[in-house]
Amino acid sequence: MSLAGVCQEKAGVKVALTGNEAIARGALEAGVAYAASYPGSPTAEVLGTLSRVAKQFNLYAEWSVNEKVAMEGVAAASFAGLRSLVVMKADGLNVALDFAGALAISGCRGGMVMVLGDDPNAHSSVREEDSRNLCKAKHLPVLEPSSVREAMEMTREAFALSEELELPVVVRCVTRVCHASGDVELGELVRPERKPDFTRENRVITFGIKLHAGQESKLARAAHLVCDSAFNSYTGPENPERLVIASGPCYMYAQEALEMLGAGGTTGILKLGTTWPLPEALLLEHMERVPEVIFAEEVEPFVEDNVMALAAGCLPGKVRFYGKRSGHVAGPAGPGIGELDPDVLAASLGNILGINYSPGTIDNKQEALSLLEDKMPDRELAFCAGCPHRASFWAVRAALELDGRGGIVLGDIGCYTLGMARTGYYLLQTVHCMGAGIGLAGGMGNLSRFGFDKPVVTLVGDSTFYHAAIPALINARYHNSNFMCIILDNETTAMTGHQPHPGRQHTAMGEPAHTVPMEDIIRGVGMPYIVQDPYDVEASIEVIYDLLRQEGPRVLILRRSCVLAAVRGKQKDRVYVNEDKCIGDSCGCGRFCSRVFACPANVWDAEKGRARIDEAVCNGCGVCASLCPQGAIMVERGV
Amino acid sequence: MVKEPLNIIITGVGGQGNVLASQVVSAAAVQAGYRVAVGETFGVSQRGGSVMSHVRLSLNRPCGPLIPRGQAHVVAGFEPLETMRVLLDYASAETVVIMNNRPNYPLGCLSGEHRYPDPERVEEAVKKMTPRLHVLPATELAKEAGSPLAANMVMTGALAGSGLLPFGRECFISVIGSLFQGIVRDLNLQAFESGFRRMDG
Repeated sequence: MSLAGVCQEKAGVKVALTGNEAIARGALEAGVAYAASYPGSPTAEVLGTLSRVAKQFNLYAEWSVNEKVAMEGVAAASFAGLRSLVVMKADGLNVALDFAGALAISGCRGGMVMVLGDDPNAHSSVREEDSRNLCKAKHLPVLEPSSVREAMEMTREAFALSEELELPVVVRCVTRVCHASGDVELGELVRPERKPDFTRENRVITFGIKLHAGQESKLARAAHLVCDSAFNSYTGPENPERLVIASGPCYMYAQEALEMLGAGGTTGILKLGTTWPLPEALLLEHMERVPEVIFAEEVEPFVEDNVMALAAGCLPGKVRFYGKRSGHVAGPAGPGIGELDPDVLAASLGNILGINYSPGTIDNKQEALSLLEDKMPDRELAFCAGCPHRASFWAVRAALELDGRGGIVLGDIGCYTLGMARTGYYLLQTVHCMGAGIGLAGGMGNLSRFGFDKPVVTLVGDSTFYHAAIPALINARYHNSNFMCIILDNETTAMTGHQPHPGRQHTAMGEPAHTVPMEDIIRGVGMPYIVQDPYDVEASIEVIYDLLRQEGPRVLILRRSCVLAAVRGKQKDRVYVNEDKCIGDSCGCGRFCSRVFACPANVWDAEKGRARIDEAVCNGCGVCASLCPQGAIMVERGV
Repeated sequence: MVKEPLNIIITGVGGQGNVLASQVVSAAAVQAGYRVAVGETFGVSQRGGSVMSHVRLSLNRPCGPLIPRGQAHVVAGFEPLETMRVLLDYASAETVVIMNNRPNYPLGCLSGEHRYPDPERVEEAVKKMTPRLHVLPATELAKEAGSPLAANMVMTGALAGSGLLPFGRECFISVIGSLFQGIVRDLNLQAFESGFRRMDG
């Protein structure tokens, strides 16, 4: 929120920053020269912030085509001796993992930090992942901030640790850090000279078993170094009866939970800021003093498993462990699933300590609820009012009905993933990972040799197309798979906040780009394609219907800018219902606009028995006006 | 300060500008010398989901980003149903509620599968739980100020005017002034003032 705070020159000043801004500030305080990312929640705003201050700080910031390419670019800068930062969400690490593993073997030169955003509870992801297990598998050290303030400090310090170890260092941030805000005390900004240095003498090779031994010795050194890290700290009584080992924001929750239970006098907390490799000596020193240890971390029992393995070797049978494995630390969905919070930890710790915890509540809750007669309606996710995807999904649905052969629809990752739900008429039948829809469609399209006779349609967004769809498209052309690929091109990476991609005219830093039109790629692959505006629903239905009846791999681009980007700073068209023309329930349309087309701006005026447009929600696309059977919805063009 | 920490929840629907409101409050608090922790629950809520911001202010201690159940002191509800939802989990009998009276209908209600409760009934139900309820037509006031989208600043103004926060109007004005420019700044300041006047005195 506060770009001014991120750029504040004066050290020691206190400003409010979001977690992602704090990470960006930490990188600036470390003198980062090169940063790259592919946008993903919860970390999208880190590179967004850096790109806006890039010129001011003489750094390079890029929205890469995908996370693997981002990591490779960043590693190159590190090989040339520059401090560099790569940022991605957990899913992105899966994409970049092949290179990450190789890089952990070759090592790096200039400090290289990987900020990984894990999303416990999958608030803005299709699944929750704990990337720490992958980091361990690839021999990468992991730091975990517990707060916004620490996110800044850790990012800054991670560069130095990376240089010391000649190994990229991961800063693993969860949503409750990235999407939190807090006061931070700023450190010094530095502006080192950028002198890339990579000559014929430099060799960064990943080859041979000798390097594996080198990796192990680097990690052993890291384990030694992190024992003295200020990011690990103990709070509590001098001689505790038990110890909570907490990482990430669970440290804050554990403190509050112990306070609520009144158990701070008997229970200490060891905050672990360095979760891989473990600070073994420090852990053993603390565990030797207590008979009981409790783990508080998200999502998987990562610290728990590794500490228990350590104790099995060094303190066999001496400590009793409570956590996800024992079932004691668990949210409503069960141990190792979803987020923790102060209430979950208070209940879990209370259960272990024999203290009853019941969260605060009010007496009249049931009485209040009974006033509402019905149950509280859920709030489902929906395409925004005016979203071109709604028009596209409506057209696909209508064309499939006209076609009548039971065509199947495969999905992908983006705003349009919501097409699996009511807002997209439940059309999507598969949702997996970036680009998977095209690969799956290729496979389905190969099944005709076994008699599979349903039309196959796959929907993919523009940013996802550039990120992961192209190899699958080449494969489909090569094998002549039988499917239709519809690219829902809203001319931006909408889901994560409108970041540019290779189809756009500008880069992250606002410099003019060499645009790579998707048409050129599709043409290059050798596929036929058509471009159509989804707001023209009738024409879209016709085009889709025609394409359904063709053979081989084929592409339809449904192109219309994301409505949120399109209306920004502009006077919206005014859409309203002509109450003389709308004939309400006697129309026979079944309240088409509000009930069937289901745009959140199309509401029902129960008093008048007429359709109404909610002007606080409507974005003025006018698609409902083109579909209303009575022509009762009017559009007044903005000036 | 009455409560330590002071726990505020700002809630509404994606697209209403809740997150911006919570960030204005937190920036104003830091400017006034408080420690702040804000936890945002929004996910993919730009697409019409529930949004909830936990804002915790303290004189000197760092807080976690999430408020424990039953411990919200102030709830600013941008939408009636969402206000109700938050109160069920986070209210105590002492919670003060500032609520916009304008419903935003979930898809399930538009489609006719569920029923959006009668707005008067929601008010009654909220009062049953927490008698200290202030209802205001924030969306209408925002329209008067120039755009229904500025309802978030009307609500921020109401929060500032409620006298429940330990810092005054000037901190908010200075934050809003530094965040926006030109006509957007004027619109937001006007919306803020309109909400402030509603609650002040």
